[in-house]
Amino acid sequence: MSDAHASHDGGNHGSVKSYVTGLILSIVLTIIPFGVVMTGGFSNLAIAVTISITAIAQVLIQLVMFMHLDFKTEEGWNAGSFIFTALILVILVGGSLWIMQNLHVNMMLGG
Amino acid sequence: MTTQTLNQHDAHAHDEHEHHDAGAMKVFGFWVYLMSDLVIFGSLFAAYAVLMKGTAGGPSGADIFELPFVLVETFLLLFSSFTYGMAVLAMHKDKLAQVRAWLIVTFILGASFVGMEVYEFHHLIVEGFGPDRSAFLSAFFTLVGTHGLHVTFGLIWMLVMIVQLSTKGLNDKTRPRVMCLSLFWHFLDIVWICVFTFVYLMGVL
Repeated sequence: MSDAHASHDGGNHGSVKSYVTGLILSIVLTIIPFGVVMTGGFSNLAIAVTISITAIAQVLIQLVMFMHLDFKTEEGWNAGSFIFTALILVILVGGSLWIMQNLHVNMMLGG
Repeated sequence: MTTQTLNQHDAHAHDEHEHHDAGAMKVFGFWVYLMSDLVIFGSLFAAYAVLMKGTAGGPSGADIFELPFVLVETFLLLFSSFTYGMAVLAMHKDKLAQVRAWLIVTFILGASFVGMEVYEFHHLIVEGFGPDRSAFLSAFFTLVGTHGLHVTFGLIWMLVMIVQLSTKGLNDKTRPRVMCLSLFWHFLDIVWICVFTFVYLMGVL
């Protein structure tokens, strides 16, 4: 695929097929989480796990199908900087939640 | 020194390989900006996650979020991401009229999304649930509003691109711009996936 569609801008720009596949998968991965939340009938934990998985799956699908993230473009610097940023995000978001949860439990803050 | 380097670069500008590198380099530089933007959104998500229980006697997410409304917003943005992809494919086939047509379709979808969001915010503020009501609402308006502002700036950029493509056509200057806006636009849809999942859907649980 990348050979057939590689252009003079460098990198892979996909095809109608890859965009349509990405669109259909994204629609499915949007309907599933809205469906399980709106119909109800599942435990909150099961719903939270399901919608987290569908969200992560849809993010990855759009990164690959729409943004053409791969390890070939710019010799992998695109993907490398993304993975670095993802690591920062895990520390930032995970760390904030961890610290604030600790404060909440140990200091009995309101709310 | 810098000028000298730039001039040297200009001297080689007619070389096909140099064109390739300059365009690809701009797009890569823009990618790095997007990564820093991602950290901004990550911080706002973290702030929202910490503050979402702080309703101060005001409404919680379950009281104010309308999921069917959010579902329509989601599909508007998703389809606009797809139609922008069609614009990029048309650009690689050098079909200028098609690029412009797809950009206009994308603009209309994006503008509808912003319109719905402005309506939602206005509705909440009129009901007395503005960002000043509670920590939860402050965090909600900041996170969702920052995303909405990004989409608005994307729409302005898209209008500029539509005009530039009409006056300048597809060349080595306009092509990387269309590619950068493409990354920006897909990026905003990806951020929205996290917004509708972790703000709206988790909010009504």
